[in-house]
Amino acid sequence: MILDFLEVLVNAGFWAATIRIACPLLLATLGELVCERAGVLNLGIEGIMSIGAMVGWTAVYMGADLSTGVLVAALVGAAFGLIHAGFTVYLGASQHVTGIGITLFASSIGYFAFRLLLPSSTTPPKITAFQPLDIPILSDLPFLGEAFFQHTAFTYLAFLAVPLVLWLLNRTPFGLAVKVAGENPMALEAQGIDVLSVRTLALVIGSALMALGGAYLTMSAFDAFYFGMVNGRGWIAVALVIFASWRPSKALLGALLFAGLDAYQVRAQQLAGAVVPYQFFLMLPYLLSIVAMVVAAKTTQYPKALLTPFRRGERH
Amino acid sequence: MRFEARETIPQWLPWMTIAGACVGTLCFAAVLIAAAGAPPLVGFKELFIGSFGSRNAITETGATATPLIFTGLAAAIAFRAKFWNIGVEGQLYAGALAVTYFGTGLIELPPFLMIPFLLIVACVAGGLTLLPMVLLRQFMRVDEVVTTLLTNFVIILLVSYLLEGPWKDPYSLGWPQAAAIIDAGVLPQLVPRSRLHLGFAIAIIAAIVIWFVQSRTIFGFSSKAVGLNQSAARHSGISVTKTIIFIGLLSGGMAGLAGATETIGLKGYLTLDLSPGFGYTGIAVAMLGNLHPIGVIFAAIFMAIIYVGADAMSRAIDVPTYLADVIVATTVLAVLIGQVLVRYRVVIRG
Amino acid sequence: MAPLLEVINIGKSFGSLVANRNITFTVNSGEVLAILGENGAGKTTLMNIIFGHYLADEGVVKCAGRELRGGDPRAAIEAGIGMVHQHFTLAENLTVLENTLVGTQSLWKPTLSSAEARQKLVALTDQFGLYINPDAYVHQMSVGEKQRLEILKTLFNDCRLVILDEPTASLTPQEASGLFASIRKMVSSGLGVILISHKLNEIMQVSDRIIVLRSGETVGTLKTADASKRQLGEMIVGQKIMRPVRRSSRMFDPKIRLQDICTRKTNLQSSMLKNINLAVRGGEIMGVVGVAGNGQQSLAKVMTGHIKPTNGNVIIKGVIALEYTPMAFMELGVAYIPEDRTNDGVVGDMSVWENAVLTETKNTDLVSSTKIVRTLQCRSAAEGICSVNDVRFQSINQPARSLSGGNIQKLLIGRWFARSPEIIVACQPSRGLDEGAISAVHQSLLAARGSGAAVVLISEDLEEILALSDSIIVMYDGYASAPFENNDVDITSLGMRMAGEGFDAF
Repeated sequence: MILDFLEVLVNAGFWAATIRIACPLLLATLGELVCERAGVLNLGIEGIMSIGAMVGWTAVYMGADLSTGVLVAALVGAAFGLIHAGFTVYLGASQHVTGIGITLFASSIGYFAFRLLLPSSTTPPKITAFQPLDIPILSDLPFLGEAFFQHTAFTYLAFLAVPLVLWLLNRTPFGLAVKVAGENPMALEAQGIDVLSVRTLALVIGSALMALGGAYLTMSAFDAFYFGMVNGRGWIAVALVIFASWRPSKALLGALLFAGLDAYQVRAQQLAGAVVPYQFFLMLPYLLSIVAMVVAAKTTQYPKALLTPFRRGERH
Repeated sequence: MRFEARETIPQWLPWMTIAGACVGTLCFAAVLIAAAGAPPLVGFKELFIGSFGSRNAITETGATATPLIFTGLAAAIAFRAKFWNIGVEGQLYAGALAVTYFGTGLIELPPFLMIPFLLIVACVAGGLTLLPMVLLRQFMRVDEVVTTLLTNFVIILLVSYLLEGPWKDPYSLGWPQAAAIIDAGVLPQLVPRSRLHLGFAIAIIAAIVIWFVQSRTIFGFSSKAVGLNQSAARHSGISVTKTIIFIGLLSGGMAGLAGATETIGLKGYLTLDLSPGFGYTGIAVAMLGNLHPIGVIFAAIFMAIIYVGADAMSRAIDVPTYLADVIVATTVLAVLIGQVLVRYRVVIRG
Repeated sequence: MAPLLEVINIGKSFGSLVANRNITFTVNSGEVLAILGENGAGKTTLMNIIFGHYLADEGVVKCAGRELRGGDPRAAIEAGIGMVHQHFTLAENLTVLENTLVGTQSLWKPTLSSAEARQKLVALTDQFGLYINPDAYVHQMSVGEKQRLEILKTLFNDCRLVILDEPTASLTPQEASGLFASIRKMVSSGLGVILISHKLNEIMQVSDRIIVLRSGETVGTLKTADASKRQLGEMIVGQKIMRPVRRSSRMFDPKIRLQDICTRKTNLQSSMLKNINLAVRGGEIMGVVGVAGNGQQSLAKVMTGHIKPTNGNVIIKGVIALEYTPMAFMELGVAYIPEDRTNDGVVGDMSVWENAVLTETKNTDLVSSTKIVRTLQCRSAAEGICSVNDVRFQSINQPARSLSGGNIQKLLIGRWFARSPEIIVACQPSRGLDEGAISAVHQSLLAARGSGAAVVLISEDLEEILALSDSIIVMYDGYASAPFENNDVDITSLGMRMAGEGFDAF
């Protein structure tokens, strides 16, 4: 019995599933991370993922090719980032309430539009999603090939986002400005850079990544759009950012760890399903997120200006 | 264009901007109705007939407003103290679980004791559900937004387990639902042959009591100070932690009452679709009510009109019912803009 | 040749408050222009307009003869203006080099180049005597080092005019003279410097020309060589305001005593206390000095019940404190006037009367046994506090944030002193206040001392400490020196101790 539980770990299918489950979390976590490094908590994440999933899928369903679908999802995500910036960066409204408002708005308008486009479908229609793309030579490796090198192009793209975000934050003048905006916006202003533009652009980039995380669900992991399919992944990503102490490399680690536990959970469910009801397995990701936050809370250093609006020309 | 902080804020200004937010939201809704291919004025007519046009419609609106008053109060109490309790949905189900546990035969009392007893256990259950998150935030600096949100998913899965497993009503023909609440625990109807039950009156009384507590008692005074400036409150000798814990218990308690009145007033038994997101709508209700308990009553009725009316409108002219959710979300954003205009004057100049 | 900077008829108001009116002056290269004035005279607002943080309501700023686009720091930097702000504008989680690089390269460049920048930074360090490690993280640096980094940032941008806003506010006297040496080097290499200060001594020492501001207007311009301290003092304040003088008073037994107190770091900014022993007697003002961040904050917090020591006891009126909460200490007669009055003192969005009774949540005269607030009594108590302490407001219902800094401080002191405290811990009580309010604050502290209270005065203003204290302790790296009698020390010897001299024994 115990051997059965261990055997899962040497199964290439388990590792391949881990990679698949990690992708939406990874993209969403990186997106949230970019926003928070600039000093803005983006709780619109859950809704932005949902609308990203919806528009990406719809674009393809209406005849666009897959890469156009991905682009449309990113653009719509970016647009919601812009709305978020309008409220939190330019108006200085509460980041908490704005985020929840954006989540409610993005998901409901997504559902509304979906119902308008497909009024009377009981079973959700399907599209031809991204197909596995074998990496030459590597995909032929025993075990490793099946686990890591027979994924869709979207999957490779998601993992490519990690070095991209690392490069953006640590190797570009814009990334430096983002980090300063989240730590002490006055330092940016005093060097002649417009804090509001930097924060807005960070929100746009971050929200586009979140929308891609959503689009991954309908365009690569599955091939249809369901109501409520994001199912808390956005909130888990917010917890993962804290767990990762705002570092992209640790975000990768966190997303993989999380996905691994989730993939394991599904398999353990099959093994222990008779004894432990499936709901308890489904609770695990949420409970683990809370645990991860508690563990990280003691040691992490928040970006100091997180949640603090910046107003130009106000008396300090 | 720039913003200039107002030195003093006239009392009527927040309510003015809220009225403006409502108008703005309805304009946006008109655009969406038009996008769905229906004339907006006809849509609004259907909406108001559906929620006000008949005795049945009015009682239905009142019944829908009941849980929204409670969840709106739950959010308003917490938000006023800058405690972001987004877990109202979960606490609502915790209250429903508590009344189901005690109210399906475990304890039998005469109605005048049974109903208060069930309300109290629901209140306690809701408060206790929120308590760990309050403590985590106060003692370990764990952000409460994410923990309360995630707890919603955990509790709903717990409800799902109980309804499919140990609490499943054997006479429910396979549906995942719990046994019925015993007759002594069911809330009487306010209007005969309608779904409007005593819970509506209890909700309004609760709002008035909370208004009194917030505006007259030392607890209300302290929690106002804690909400506006924790550090200054602490430096003045107010125990911030104790105050936030009370606020958390009260907020969770109100959410628990929402679950209780829905179970013992409206449905009579617990199901998995007890709440179509009343917890999240409560956030919009609280914002629209300016975080004021009396404001919450009116905001909840407004939202109930939208929900009940949108249903009717969707049947009449085929606009997706998700319109109601869009309107709810839009009010949150519109009120946020209003709040900025309350604190800042817009100066259009160089 | 056009002067380096011309400021012509600048005017600016915030709501009903006029911060600057009709200000005109010029700065030439190779000179230090001092702008002198008490707190609230409009010095910082004026500098923020020149640097483009604020947009002036009227007037123009010209740089080397060309009009400067208002309201844009970028334009100021490109015109060769640099500013060292009163509050550091540094990102603490980044290195010296990274802080210098911010804003120096186009945001659209795909890579950040730092090799050349490093060379330039090191060269500047040598040229101006501003020594600093380019790879050090800012949060590990001392206040003096951060100050040097701020100046380096402006030099790195090739500024020809450097504005220094209260640069010595939290430096030791020795660090301040180092700074002045660097300023002289900058001037002799052809730069222009605007120095803002309210300290007469510094201004006389380092400037070439002085402009005095009062209530937002220019009172006069004069050459430093022709100026006398007395004359400047009168120009700054207008009418003569006498600060109260400390007279000898009767000392009683210790009211509060700290025994072997140690604390742990509660966050990155706080510092530990290491084995503190001290006693403050009734009728005594004990001054606490030290460079910011050497444990003064923790000392205040442990004496007022805000943090619990990891070791040792606080003994109040002969009894060992057991419960470390602000309320428990308040009930033993402790009052705490915190440093940051807008964030830790008043609740800005609550009314004046609510703030006046905020400390009275357990006062049975104001709160009934059924926990109902007696609003009428509260309002009249608040009116009493405000009239006794000369707090000026339009309405007792107006939000506290709309009061001036001086009135906020008088309100805070008033509400604490209405409790007749026996132990008073005051942190930087006069920082940022105008002369009238400072004198009122000093008057209150001396009155409390006269009535037998023990007063702990934590301040970075050494002149204030020497004027008010009976005894003085110096804090360094979490240790406290033994108390000195006021007569036995002067500014120089305190400065040396603040830099750590005499602390080897610990």
